[in-house]
Amino acid sequence: MVKRHPVRKAILWGCITTISLAIMIAVGSRELAHFDAALVAYTFATLFATFGITYRYTMWLQRPPTAMYWKRGWQMFFKPQRLLTNMRNLFTRTSSDFAANRFIWKRGKLRWLAHWFIMWGCIVAVAITFPLVFGWLHFASVPGSLDSYRAYLFGFALFDFPVDSIFAFLMFHGLVWSSFAVIFGVMLAMWRRMRDHGAASVQQFVEDILPLILLFAISVTGVMLTASYTWMRGYAFDFIAILHAITVIFTLLYMPFGKFFHIFQRPAQLGATFYKDAGATSEQAHCRRCGEAYSSRMHVEDLISVQKQLGFRYEVAGEVEHYQWICPPCRRAMFVLAQTKQWQGNFGDQMFSSMHEQPAAPRFGNPVISEGPLGHEDQANLHF
Amino acid sequence: MPEAQYEFFIDPSRCIGCQSCVQACSECDTHKGQAMIHLEFVNRHYSTQTAPVVCMHCDSPTCAEVCPADAIKKTPDGVVQTARKPRCIACNNCVLACPFGVPKMNSGAELMMKCDMCYDRTSIGKAPMCASVCPSGALYYGTREQIEAQRPRSMPINQFQFGQQTISTKVHMMVPRTAQPEHIDVLSAMHDHTSGHDIFLMMHDE
Repeated sequence: MVKRHPVRKAILWGCITTISLAIMIAVGSRELAHFDAALVAYTFATLFATFGITYRYTMWLQRPPTAMYWKRGWQMFFKPQRLLTNMRNLFTRTSSDFAANRFIWKRGKLRWLAHWFIMWGCIVAVAITFPLVFGWLHFASVPGSLDSYRAYLFGFALFDFPVDSIFAFLMFHGLVWSSFAVIFGVMLAMWRRMRDHGAASVQQFVEDILPLILLFAISVTGVMLTASYTWMRGYAFDFIAILHAITVIFTLLYMPFGKFFHIFQRPAQLGATFYKDAGATSEQAHCRRCGEAYSSRMHVEDLISVQKQLGFRYEVAGEVEHYQWICPPCRRAMFVLAQTKQWQGNFGDQMFSSMHEQPAAPRFGNPVISEGPLGHEDQANLHF
Repeated sequence: MPEAQYEFFIDPSRCIGCQSCVQACSECDTHKGQAMIHLEFVNRHYSTQTAPVVCMHCDSPTCAEVCPADAIKKTPDGVVQTARKPRCIACNNCVLACPFGVPKMNSGAELMMKCDMCYDRTSIGKAPMCASVCPSGALYYGTREQIEAQRPRSMPINQFQFGQQTISTKVHMMVPRTAQPEHIDVLSAMHDHTSGHDIFLMMHDE
């Protein structure tokens, strides 16, 4: 049997992605001809972040439940009979959940507003900064025309534009606009975290506050650079540039370890939706106590496999075979009835004896959404 | 003087199904407007017996272990928190894996939600919302000394058996002192319907 070495595998993948990026930087900048040496610290911080993120991602993928979902997510997506529907769903879900953050809107309007501005500010900033730092994108004067710039991507000329145009103004200040978006989002997020009792009780400095401080620091120092050379004749420009570099580099080094790692984990949500789509149209698992359907058979069997890998022993002697074949409502009922049995014979409580059929599934005292189930999926899980 | 150690004790046999806990739970700041407690009729056709179930906060939480996104975390004081919002991918694993059937799935928000023992309150020494309003003491938050003094015929237990798996929890369940069980075997109630008393209304001769 081949022995698995999770750490070795993670290091290997980390090296592969880091070296690949380094090669792409060398090739994309035409053997560093367009690489700005002043930005070398950013480059090395990015390479470190690439290694760290890949390492953590590979370790994460090797956890039994993650490995199972990763494999199943792709299997369900590429299932021939579902591929067309999945492609359509991929587009709609990427638009609604990722571009518009629809699910965060459902979690809270203020949370959504803050996240949406931070996310899009960061996406625009990354799209501008990284190609510039790697030397993939650069601008040069058009030969014979001092009024025009030419944009180059990977050394290939893309298009020309007038230096004094509105387009040029908007593009060359792209990082300013993205900074404004991030600053606005961070302020909203901070405001929420300071006022919301629920958030305040569970938030942690390193996990929830530090990322906001870092984003704020990057954005403010970035805007200060523009302010310095635009209105202050370059006052303290060197100091601000170093300060800005420190904030960016610290954030890049923090990325693999903290909250920003969710950027790379989040797409797994898509895999989960394809898995659930496939499960909904496949054979259902029926509770071995009450007989009602409560999930897909595939999901229950996968979960049994994952639990065994994790060392849980929920196997049950007899017809039930495994505790996972009992639906959640029956688990709650049995939990309570097991206590009732303890009181039997002590203070007069007794079990009904006149019933011989299968025990009924329990029903919520108040089946209103929010008080019983929280949504349609809960209604299915809980037999409504 | 050492600080009082408050603990959560549940005694479902005392539940009268008044739903105070459901309403109070939905007022908790960490999940505003949504109740995390489960309050069900065990078999409404035959009995008024109700089952109040809160998160038992397992020492080794199955929900957290099976989470592919590593979204469920435990605080240093043993409270298993609801899914961390940036991470939860709404896969439903925790809902299906919890041996007590506790987590709920908020599909629109793509988020698992569950009782976090009102961490905004219990972390500063206040009782969880449900326990603070329960009129029958089915949900009780206090010290070990207090509950033993108030319920001399009961004792708390936090070991539960599910097939071959033993789960120990932060929350305790009250059982009769005379029974002295080592653990509660949940599967022992596999074929039980509900508790109560048969009532025969002699309306027909036969």
